[in-house]
Amino acid sequence: MATESVTPGRRDSMGLSGATLPRWGIPAVIVATILLTAALVAWTPIQGTAGTVLTAAVTYLVLQTVASSVVEGRRRATDRFVTSLIVTAFVVGVAPLVSVLWTVVENGLELINQEFLTHSLRNIGPTETGGGIYHGIIGTLEQALMTSLISIPIALLVAVYLVEYGGGKRLARYVTFFVDVMTGIPSIVAGLFIFTVWILIFGFQRAGFPACLALAILMIPTVVRSTEEILRLVPNDLREASFALGVPRWRTILKVVVPTGLPGIVTGVMLGVARVIGETAPLLLLVGFTTNINWNLFSGPQATLPTIIYDQASRPSDAAVARAWGAALVLIIIVMILNFIARAIAGLTRVR
Amino acid sequence: MGKRIDASDVNIYYGSFLAVEGVSMTIEPNSVTAFIGPSGCGKSTFLRALNRLHEVIPGAYVRGMITLNNEDIYGNTVDPVNVRRTIGMVFQRPNPFPTMSIYDNVVAGFKLKGRSRKSEMDAIVERSLRGANLWDEVKDRLDKPGSGLSGGQQQRLCIARAIAVQPEVLLMDEPCSALDPISTLAIEDLVQDLKERYTIVIVTHNMQQAARVSDRTGFFNLQATGKPGHLIEMDDTTKIFSNPKEKATEDYISGRFG
Repeated sequence: MATESVTPGRRDSMGLSGATLPRWGIPAVIVATILLTAALVAWTPIQGTAGTVLTAAVTYLVLQTVASSVVEGRRRATDRFVTSLIVTAFVVGVAPLVSVLWTVVENGLELINQEFLTHSLRNIGPTETGGGIYHGIIGTLEQALMTSLISIPIALLVAVYLVEYGGGKRLARYVTFFVDVMTGIPSIVAGLFIFTVWILIFGFQRAGFPACLALAILMIPTVVRSTEEILRLVPNDLREASFALGVPRWRTILKVVVPTGLPGIVTGVMLGVARVIGETAPLLLLVGFTTNINWNLFSGPQATLPTIIYDQASRPSDAAVARAWGAALVLIIIVMILNFIARAIAGLTRVR
Repeated sequence: MGKRIDASDVNIYYGSFLAVEGVSMTIEPNSVTAFIGPSGCGKSTFLRALNRLHEVIPGAYVRGMITLNNEDIYGNTVDPVNVRRTIGMVFQRPNPFPTMSIYDNVVAGFKLKGRSRKSEMDAIVERSLRGANLWDEVKDRLDKPGSGLSGGQQQRLCIARAIAVQPEVLLMDEPCSALDPISTLAIEDLVQDLKERYTIVIVTHNMQQAARVSDRTGFFNLQATGKPGHLIEMDDTTKIFSNPKEKATEDYISGRFG
């Protein structure tokens, strides 16, 4: 009986296993890339870190795709090429993030000590070291809390209306449109709007509270949008199951729809908080700035971390700039802590 | 005790589309009534009209008269929430509430009838889960999520949830279509037990199932896609499967359809 010899790795064989790059294939491509890049840097005008990295990336893509298409064929070469592009996109996307985080930690970490966290900048001259951002932490936390208290109920109710009651009504379409428009409002415009209405027309004084109103204008649309998307993802089966038990609509929303979407809603709220907690422009306009501790949201200027960063970073002294880095790090840590707390709260409602 | 349902000249609409036309029937108390027919013929739509669940779809409405023990369930002063408490429903796909434990799933519909004592709730959970033949399998993990059960167990959990509120009528919309034969058998046995206390209406694509579990069978059909569905024939199940009056019914049950 004649045995047909099937050569493994031949593309025209009947076997299901196609040719693949040998185990040393990718390391070989990497080595070739390094050598080729070194050669290009040495003999052509390419230079600098950016140039080298870019050259290496392009060289690797070309070498890998060529090697793969010769050995493995067109389909797998395309697969490798696109996979590499996606990884590249990921790196390009994450690199600035890591870089920012790293720079802030590197510059800010040495500043963080007990004095920095528990003292204000009162009577600290711009060129002196010492002092702290206690007054800013208070302002930021108070304003973030007040903004959330204003925004979250409104945003959740709007989202529930749009998904559960709106159902193609004209009002719902208008609301959706204006929410979309509001998502794009520059923060300074929100600040000027509140400045006009609250201070020029109503005649109130500048204080933390009007800043919270401006921040709420920025936060509401983002929370509405994300909550709306999440509520739409809650399967209709669950609503109908609840209705079929004789549960009224409002109770169905409260006990079934919102709890099911809660992790997503919390994420949306945290994105909203993270957006407004770093806002600077409306705060400069509406609360001003102070070096003193002010617990009162409703009277007098109040410092916040973003305005401290803005103020200190613009002063021509190493001590002040260092304090700005420290404040930036504290702000990032606060956002992280708030995130953990929110997730813990959302996790409490889950059955395990 | 189960209640009797009378439908007369019921037309069911999705917006301007007439989905079911001119259905009149009587569903006897404490019996199992099966609806069979090809996909899209309006069996499920009619079933959902019986507990006023059809109208939660935007633009959907029902014309005609449906009575429950001679009380018009579409009357002007009738609250659909009360109708749904009286007429429970089990769906095609098991849909336990994912954020709730097994225990909370069972009492989900019950809790809203007012505050209840824990001991009372415990009794309801045990009675309902026993009623759905699920108690022995889940009694040690009542605080675990309902979504962690197998498909058949989830469907029996949904049945337990539906009977916890003690309805008079139980509607089942293809309750076994997503289940394996053993789970299907468990649910069919359950239907036989439940019929002593409830009136049961079951939609099924499985004609053997209709023949096994039901006392009466209604055959729905539609002339063509886009045309409304009609009730072609309704009679005792033995009669429908042995000696139907209509040729269309005979063609359908003997597989000579279309």
